[in-house]
Parts: sequence; structure tokens; C-alpha cells
Amino acid sequence: MNNDGLIASSVSVLVNGQRREVRTEQDTALLYVLRNHLGLKGTRFGCGTGLCGACMVLIGGRATHSCDTPLWAVLDKEITTVEGLGAADRPHPVTEALIEGQAAQCGYCMSGVTIAAVELLRRNDDPSDAEVRAALDGNLCRCGAHNRIVRAVLAAAAELRAGRGDAA
Amino acid sequence: MNPAKRAVALPPSVAANPRLGDWLRVLPSGVVEIRPGKVELGQGVLTALSQVAAEELDISVARVRTVPPATGVSPDEGYTAGSLSIQHSGGAIRLVCAEARGRYLAVAAATLGVPESKLTVADGQILAPDGRSTSYWELADDALLDRAAGGEWQPKASAAYRVVGTSVPRLDLPDKLTGRPRFAHDLSPEGLCYGRVVRPPSRGATLTGLDTTMALALPGVLTVVRDGGFLGVVAEREEVALRAADRLRADATWERRPTLPDSGDLPAFLRSAPAETIVLAERGTRPTGEQIATSVEATYHRPYLAHASMGPSSATALFRGREDGRLMVWSHTQGIYMLRAELARALGLAEDVVTVAHTEGPGCYGHNGADDVALDAALLAMAVPGRPVQVVWSRADELTWAPFGAAAVARVAADVDAAGKVLCWHHEIWGNGHSTRPGSTRSVALLANAHRAGGEEIEAAAEPPMARGGGAGRNSVPDYDFPAYRVVNHRLLDMPLRTSALRSLGAFLNVFAAESFMDELALAAGRDPVEYRLACLSDPRARAVVESAARRSGWDSWSAADSVGHGIGFARYKNTSAYCAVVAEVEAISEIRVRRLTIAVDAGLVINPDGAANQVEGGAIQATSWALKEQVRFDRYRVTSDTWQAYPILRFSEVPAVDVELLPGNGNPALGVGETAQGPTVAAIANALNDALGVRVRALPFTEENIVAAMPE
Repeated sequence: MNNDGLIASSVSVLVNGQRREVRTEQDTALLYVLRNHLGLKGTRFGCGTGLCGACMVLIGGRATHSCDTPLWAVLDKEITTVEGLGAADRPHPVTEALIEGQAAQCGYCMSGVTIAAVELLRRNDDPSDAEVRAALDGNLCRCGAHNRIVRAVLAAAAELRAGRGDAA
Repeated sequence: MNPAKRAVALPPSVAANPRLGDWLRVLPSGVVEIRPGKVELGQGVLTALSQVAAEELDISVARVRTVPPATGVSPDEGYTAGSLSIQHSGGAIRLVCAEARGRYLAVAAATLGVPESKLTVADGQILAPDGRSTSYWELADDALLDRAAGGEWQPKASAAYRVVGTSVPRLDLPDKLTGRPRFAHDLSPEGLCYGRVVRPPSRGATLTGLDTTMALALPGVLTVVRDGGFLGVVAEREEVALRAADRLRADATWERRPTLPDSGDLPAFLRSAPAETIVLAERGTRPTGEQIATSVEATYHRPYLAHASMGPSSATALFRGREDGRLMVWSHTQGIYMLRAELARALGLAEDVVTVAHTEGPGCYGHNGADDVALDAALLAMAVPGRPVQVVWSRADELTWAPFGAAAVARVAADVDAAGKVLCWHHEIWGNGHSTRPGSTRSVALLANAHRAGGEEIEAAAEPPMARGGGAGRNSVPDYDFPAYRVVNHRLLDMPLRTSALRSLGAFLNVFAAESFMDELALAAGRDPVEYRLACLSDPRARAVVESAARRSGWDSWSAADSVGHGIGFARYKNTSAYCAVVAEVEAISEIRVRRLTIAVDAGLVINPDGAANQVEGGAIQATSWALKEQVRFDRYRVTSDTWQAYPILRFSEVPAVDVELLPGNGNPALGVGETAQGPTVAAIANALNDALGVRVRALPFTEENIVAAMPE
């Protein structure tokens, strides 16, 4: 067994467009690096085993569980957390649509849901209701805000398509 | 328009905490701070209470700032539970804000030399008819509210409402939807270190050996705490705490013993375990003789249910040291004062040296692990004085060690006449109680205390009185006009798995049982289930929700199809709170799917319609998940449903379409909505399933296993 992963060292990660230095063991889950070393508390711990989606971030553009992704696996990757999706004065269209639709109750699962939805809309800017649900099936919500969330994601997709139309 | 001066009765929360200044403050900066004692659980209550304050003070909601509750500075409003926040805290805020407005207007009248009755208020500006003005902000003076509420200012009549009754967007959602730190788990005070607890491998296990050498040798580990069978570790970094906890778990030896019942026949255990039997309610006498055409009965069962919140329980604690003696705890508890008292009791501290500050948590559906983890954090913090310690439970601990909703059996029997009319109804319940909250038990009601040296097991819960909604007996009393009924509860004296309040308590089983049985009676009499219910339902508000849900769902124009069915369920929550009827449409083709829920609710005055609809829909979806999937699994030693795979909940692709209609309040007072849909939803699904398959499934959840078991031989 290689114990290098259990010896703390300084490494740099690329998070939300910024290169950041952290000192920890390379086996450390990305989640704790984001939340505690970098103070990005928006990514939440839900289960630690990649089964609920609360901890999702974009790694190289793909929605990925940060709770069971070790730091060594992302050293050369671009990481985007919920904080990196939009600016304070200009939230991401998915975030805007979720707020507009009051699409949450407790909100604990929502960072992961938002990340999964953003990834979906990058792949498919005109998803059906069923496609949104399929894309979010790995994100658990206990409060029962599912239908509001799906409507908001569909609204965000329409907004994104319209925005693209304007630009063209 | 000025509120008339005549004394109104003080709401209970105000009677217990009469000083106006404890409830609100006017700040010169143009802000009104309110201090409700109820806490945000993800249900949107802070927004609703802000609306109530804005309404009475005639200010915009944007000017209202809610102060997070903390012991010592917030009024003690007991637990945030039982769908009572709008009734209790809403009533209190309404009254104290009306009185604050009156007191400020009296000063303004003197300042401007104009009678109070001539003054008007617009967003805090106090205007005289001649155009001169002042404002709350100019007059801001804490001394004005440094007095007891007298109830001399009548709150507004509901007909005058402009802010209450509108769908003001949730004040906390922008933070929660942009990833800003807002949850207890996100606190990061200076010097924060991280704790983890290693729970016993099974219930009742004894720690017989422990080698701490390896755990203590990990760089960054601050200390290991052992107190009897309570075992924990504190480290500088969270990842180190996790590794050290894994190390400790591997280096601990436990003596295990079987303490749990046979999960293969849970109903048999529930019906045979030692119990205290009491009659909860009774009306009339059982008829005799030829009036009775037939007597029928059926028995229903629910398993233990987990809260299964998306975020495991978390708390942060800071102990100032032996000399100073103060302990600070940040918690997502439902009851800051009760938790403070219980922590003080467990730790042998005076209550006044303990402060519990509420910090928002993940969705709370009842008594979960929030209070337990506060003691975990306190015990670990006391080992590292001066350092705040944050504890987050693992998913496995959350699913296996938090209190569960109680498993139970309900037997319903009826004597009916030749037309199928109920002459006498009998409802009998077997199961554990539904509250082991701090403050309700003789022994300390916090998990870690039971594991510490000399700690006592948390004792089985008592049954709260039916006048307060009951526990196991909640909604066991019929809402229908039956001439006679009798309700009996067998409260188990032993508690193999800790049970406590989970959304709707006993109502989930009782409404499932009673409303399934109503369908069985209707079908046996060859009558339509909606018509059958209406025939014995005289309360016009009850009739209205049943009729409305039936109409909107297209009940009368339903065309039967193979393997698709519809069904209805109705209850008035606690027999005294919101009315709710649900029509479910279920398909049973390759699997059981709830396609659609059509829900009608009468909750009287609704403060925030969108928020209320969100709560009702969320409750119905959660109840659908309970009905279709959920069941705590265990062997003779331990709870085995410790992951999302072993304890699955409803996913996006499985969630039904939900249509919620809030009926007009018609001047009726506000009733809570957070729990009203749980019972009617499961009953509607059960009845729709029977309609689809012709199989009456009386055991939850409606898994293939339970459906097959319910099929006729």
C-alpha cells in the first residue's frame, strides 16, 4: 500500500477559475478541501459515498461527487462549485430560475441539484420533463421540492435558449 | 385606520414572555428586528412571521429582520413542532407588533400634536393629515417597548390585510440557492476543530477494549474522548477526524448482545410486548341486536421510518474552560430552551452557563439527531477548552441512530347496518410512543448520555394528551359522524428502537388504517367511496375539501382502466387543525407508480399561499416515499438500513404530479399545514392501489413483497 496519500503536502487546485494552494493529504476527499481549506461552504456533505448528490461539483465540466473524489484525482482538473456558477449581481440562469420558482424547502440538497442541472443544460438545452428528472435522479431531495425544481430547470433552459437567440 | 383600544387575550407565547422588547426592536436605521422563538426548519416560517410583523406595523417585509433564536435573548416558545408555529408565534408576533405600533403612534401623536386616530402609517412613516410626518425610525426608542404587553391594541382585522395572504418569496432562499454559508454545518468560528463520534456497532453493545495509540499518533489529532461506551475524537482538520474515527473503530472491541425484536414478524412483536393500555376516546355505546347487519375488522401496520434528512445532524460547541464554566452550543434543534436544560442536566452544569443558539439546518421533519449531536459536540468540546468543536454525523449514524418514527399496528372494526352505515367504530393501536424529546423523559433524552459511564437508556415515551393532538393516538378519533366509537392505545413499555416525533406522528398510520377501512366499508356496501364519506361527514369544511379534491381530480368522470386506479383519503389533522383531502392516481403495471395527487386543504387564514402549497406538496411527496419505499431494517443486533441503497427514498423520476388547492380561509383562524397531507396521502394511495389491482394492502410500505403477501391465496 502506498502511504503517500496520507502524508500532508502542499498542492494547488484550480477552483472557480483560481489556482489555490492547500496543505493536506492527497487522499483527502475534495469536499473537505473545498469546504474547510478554501471556505467554499456551498458544497454540502450528504452521505460520503456518492449516493445522494448533495456534494456535486463540476470537474472538467462533469457533475461529480466531491465526497468520494480524492484530491490527487483532480490536481490537473478545472473544478467549479456552486459559488463559481454566477456572479453575486448576476446569478446563473439556473439559480435565477430556482429562486424565481421558489424551488426548494430546506435547500440543503440544492447546490448539488443546481450543479447537476447546469451540466444537463450544457449537454441539452431543450430537455423534456422526463429528461430533467432522469438527469436529477442521482440527486436526492427529502423535502419534496422535486416538481418545482423540474419546472425551474425547464424555465432556465428556455431562458438560455432565448439568450442564445438574442446573441445570434 | 387605527386599531381600537380594548384588551384582547394574550396568546400563550406572549403570556409566558410578556415584555414587548423581548419580541421586537425598532432600529433608527429603518429596520424592525423581530425575535420569534420558533425556528426555521426549511418550512419558510421566518418569511411568514416577517409578513405578520410587516402587516401589523405597516412596513415593508424588507424592513423586517429576524434574529436567530438563542437562549437568554429570545422568548421561550417551546418546540417548533406540531404545525403550530403560525398559530403560536404568528399570534404572538401579531399582537406585540400591533401593540408596538400603537405605542409608537401615541408618541407620534404627542410629537405632532395630532390625535392618534388621525395618523396613518406608510412603510414606517407616520403621517399627519396636514402633511407633517415622523417615523418609527426617528422615534426609535427601546424604552417604549420596555414593558409588558397589555393586549390593549387590537391587531388588524384580516379583511384589512395587504401583506399577509400574499406569496412573499422566501427570505432565506437566495442564500441557500447560491451556496452561501447558512447551515449549522457551515459555521467556521476562529480556531474551529472537528470531532467525530464512534458509535457502538450494535444496540446495547459494551466497550470492552480500546487501543488509542494509533489514532492519537495521527498528525493533527488533538484528543480521544472515552466515557464508558461513548467514544470520540477531536482533530485540527475534518479529514483527520474522519481517519482517526475509522482508526478508533478498528481498534475498539465491543461485546455485542441481541436486543432487537424479530423484524420478520414485527406486528407480532408489537401486539405481544408488555404495554400500558388506555382508552383514548369514547362516544356512545355499542349497539346490540338486529340493527347490526354485519361486524367487520381489519388490521394495518407501519414499519419504523427514518427522518432521512439530506444533511446529517451537526452541532458546534465551545467550552470556555473549568474556571469560566460557560458552554456555547450552536444547534439546529427544534427547542433551544429544552435542549439547554437537557445539556445542563447531562453535563452537571447550571442552565445559566449554557447557551444554545439556533442555526439553520437541513430539512427537519421531527425529532431527529439534532439534539443528540449537540451533546456529542459538547462532550468533545469539554475535552479541548477554548476550541470550538464541530461534529457532523455520518450518513450511517443518521440513518441508524437518530430516533425513528414508531412502528405500529392499528386494528379497526365497525358494526354497520344493512345500508353500510357505521353504527359503532373501534380503533385500537399497538406501538411505542412518539415523543422522547428532551424535557419529556425521566432519563436524559440525549443519545450519547445513554452510552456514557453510568448513563441510563432513554426511556419509552409517554402518550401526550389527546387535547394536545395525542401521539400514537393522533387522528385515531373519527372525523365522521359515527354515533359511537371507542379508541384504545396500547403503549409499549419497552423501546427496542428509540422512537420519537416524525411528521404527523401516529396520524400517518391511523389515517391510513381508518381511511383504508372506510373504503373497504364503502366497497362492501357497493357505494362510491366519495359519496360514502360525504354521507357521514357533516362538517361543511370537511365536506368542502373532499368535494373539491374529487371534483378537481375528475372523480366522477373517471374511466376504469386495467392496472390503473384512483382513491381518496381525508382527515382533519389532529381532529382540530387543517382539513385535507387527497385523490391519488396509481398505476400498477411493471411497478407501483403514483402518477398524480390532487389535494385540497382548508387551513383557514393562509399567511403565504405559495409557502403553504410548497409545504403541502412536500409533505405529500414525502408521504408517497414513505408509502412506497420506506422501512427501517434491522437484525437482532443492529439497524441494517444504513445507506441510501438500504433505505431508498423517492427519486425525481418517481415523484407524482401534485396539484394543491388551498380553499378560501373564510375568516377562519390560521392552522398549520406542514403535516396535514401525510395521512390522507398514504390512504389515497392505498385505496388507489386497491382500485388498480383489486388487492387490499394493509402493511406499509407498498413493496412487491407486501403486495404479493396481501394477494388472496
